[in-house]
Amino acid sequence: MGTRECQHICGESSPAVGEAGKTGEWRDSFPVIDQAKCLPVRQNKPACFLCWLYCPDAVISRTIPIEIDMKYCKGCGICAQICPAHAITMVNEEEFCPHETD
Amino acid sequence: MMKTTAVNMTEKEYLLSGNRTCPGCALSLAYRYILKALEGQVVATVPASCLTVLHGMYPVTSVTVPCVNTPFASSAASATGLVAGLKALGKEGVTVLAIAGDGGTHDIGIQALSAAAERQTDFLYICYDNEGYMNTGNQRSGSTPLGAISGTTPILGKQQNQKDIAAIMEAHDIPYVSTANASYPLDLYEKVRKAKTIRGTRFIHVFVPCSPGWGFPFSDTIRIGRLAVETGWVILYEVEDGIFRLTSASESIARRGSLKPLREYLMEQGRFKNITEEQINELQGWVNARWKRCLERAVNL
Amino acid sequence: MILVSKKITKKVTTWILDGNHAAAQGAKLSRVQVIAAYPITPQSPVTETLSEFVEGGKLDAQYIAVESEHSALAVCTSASMVGARTFTATSAHGLAYMHEMLHWAAGARLPVVLACVNRAIGAPWNVLNDQQDSISQRDTGWIQIYARNNQEVLDSIIQAYKIAESVYVPVMVCYDGYVLSHTEMPVNVPLQEDVDRFLPPYKPHTILDPANPKNYNLVTLANPRINAEGVLCHGYMELRYLLQEALQNSRETITTVGREFGELFGRSYARMFWEDRLDDADIVIVAMGSLAMEAIVAADMLREAGHKVGVLGLRVFRPFPKSDVVQALEKSRLVVVFDKNISYGIEGATCSEIKSALYGNSVRAVIRNFIVGLGGRDVKARELVDAVNKSLLSLKEGVLNEEYPEWICDI
Repeated sequence: MGTRECQHICGESSPAVGEAGKTGEWRDSFPVIDQAKCLPVRQNKPACFLCWLYCPDAVISRTIPIEIDMKYCKGCGICAQICPAHAITMVNEEEFCPHETD
Repeated sequence: MMKTTAVNMTEKEYLLSGNRTCPGCALSLAYRYILKALEGQVVATVPASCLTVLHGMYPVTSVTVPCVNTPFASSAASATGLVAGLKALGKEGVTVLAIAGDGGTHDIGIQALSAAAERQTDFLYICYDNEGYMNTGNQRSGSTPLGAISGTTPILGKQQNQKDIAAIMEAHDIPYVSTANASYPLDLYEKVRKAKTIRGTRFIHVFVPCSPGWGFPFSDTIRIGRLAVETGWVILYEVEDGIFRLTSASESIARRGSLKPLREYLMEQGRFKNITEEQINELQGWVNARWKRCLERAVNL
Repeated sequence: MILVSKKITKKVTTWILDGNHAAAQGAKLSRVQVIAAYPITPQSPVTETLSEFVEGGKLDAQYIAVESEHSALAVCTSASMVGARTFTATSAHGLAYMHEMLHWAAGARLPVVLACVNRAIGAPWNVLNDQQDSISQRDTGWIQIYARNNQEVLDSIIQAYKIAESVYVPVMVCYDGYVLSHTEMPVNVPLQEDVDRFLPPYKPHTILDPANPKNYNLVTLANPRINAEGVLCHGYMELRYLLQEALQNSRETITTVGREFGELFGRSYARMFWEDRLDDADIVIVAMGSLAMEAIVAADMLREAGHKVGVLGLRVFRPFPKSDVVQALEKSRLVVVFDKNISYGIEGATCSEIKSALYGNSVRAVIRNFIVGLGGRDVKARELVDAVNKSLLSLKEGVLNEEYPEWICDI
């Protein structure tokens, strides 16, 4: 079966998540959130959400509590640096690997 | 208009995760807000650049807006074609967005951009500036600063300072020119929102620090971008019909403080590891002169 | 003059037009919607005439005064992607300047139509006619049609839109600078309503809709890749295969469109090339563009001298009409190919392609190649006759294929 079935006559691409695969596999450290310090959690209402704002890959949800999509999180650490409450720590994957990226 | 914050910012994402950008990519961050500000009602045209790679590889793309890829020199010409085509078909309500790097804007693409502006083409042109041809491995561009090591200035560093593309675009008498910075996404968002409502050629120059290209840890992307503003390397401003206003952190610095020494910004980056004292002084002088001009021009101080 | 055909009654008006004005009329009648062109001698009157039509309200189109030819074709490709019918025109250096975009338009499968007013390319500077410019672009994936006279210029442009928009391959209509572009001839100009009947609206294969977002012409890998729905999609090579396939198959569309044009307008273009007295000819002159008309005069002179000479006037150069050429040259013992171009290091391009068509077939004609007319050097029928006579004399040597072409010049 060849590629003709796709019926494209030019390079027409459609949107999908994970175009580059499981980019979570790129990281060597991952963010851990201390909910006790996280401002929206403490206030129990929408607040701060700077980690959501500054994530380049939009893998952080603007929810209470905050969730990070570990399948795609590249471990850049911007969220940890930006959090005004210092609620996020970057933990080395080698030391502690709870994540299956399947 | 209510001020946008992280809490009330529109939630819908047009940039899908699992894309090909480097960890901590400031372009990715900037593009998130550009597309949010346009509410996805956009037809984008993109030349050869990091953004091409962000968009993915056939047959999958990581962005949920229609996009036309175009050869390197032709972003603004391609945008002109999109505008003309949409007009011919009577289609309204979309913004035509040409979004190119500094290579595609300052250098190979400047001719087409200048002409599109001179023709008063009704489109939004955004230059995301990582100060080098990053997609091809960090070769020097017209935006690379004096003293920076690059792929093509590997030992002596660049011997000339960058060109001021926003000033060049101002000289075209277009209705809207502004500068922005991925480290200040809310300011960028507001500027794109404003540009969306203006007719004619609109130009936004977005500063986009590049971790692998500039030599700093990718977790520092936001911090480096902010340091650029705090030292005056980047000035956040808006020129609307010739009226100049400082914005965001640059406005705050102008009102309440002074610029930090440029050295603090330069020393954070591996690309300046060979910069000489003479070059630092030259750059500091350039930054000071430009800041002074901005203070004089700003109507909102 | 009123012509009554089986289908419609039409009035036909005859105008005196030079090639540039014929091209502009062709674009206007085709109701092009976006025009982007940069002036260059000898094409400038085309862009000027079109801007006059637009500013004078005679053509509902946008005329974009681009700053370069590269941008001209970039404007056309993107406008075409949106779904607008687009047109550009250029010559020589302008065509060379848009070379990258020529590849792009073909690979993107966009039905742009381009009028190339054939002109010599530098260095050194020369603004006069030869075909080096468009010949140099024969590998880009465009359909190429060469006009012998101004009627064919106008007719070919209208047909070009129907062809391009059926097969999604861009089409280049070429005509000789000055010889045609600036020389006035009688041209029948069809009525707008008849062209409207002939040309259906353009239906793009591309969608640029925020409600259904697609990304066009992204980086494509060497190997096929599965999409998000699990369907195996093309690698780069498969997309390029499809372009070649489209060009190969376009022969049928070109001849069908040509026949339909004939039925409506009384001038048929149902064949890939023009034939003059090939039926009984054993000596065939091959030429392309206006040179093919000169060749007919040369054939007259040679026939008077007792030779059975015919002319094969190449019209469609891409796709190259291989099987048609073999059929036409079956009975020939001498083929003299005149090229207004040269592929440096080998020979004239049409000669190479004729040879390629004949290889492996039963045609055992001697082939001779002459380079003529470069940089606007006038080509006289007498010179073509002399070349054929010289070739006839050389038959005695029994050399089937000379290594390099002869040049008709004063070196």
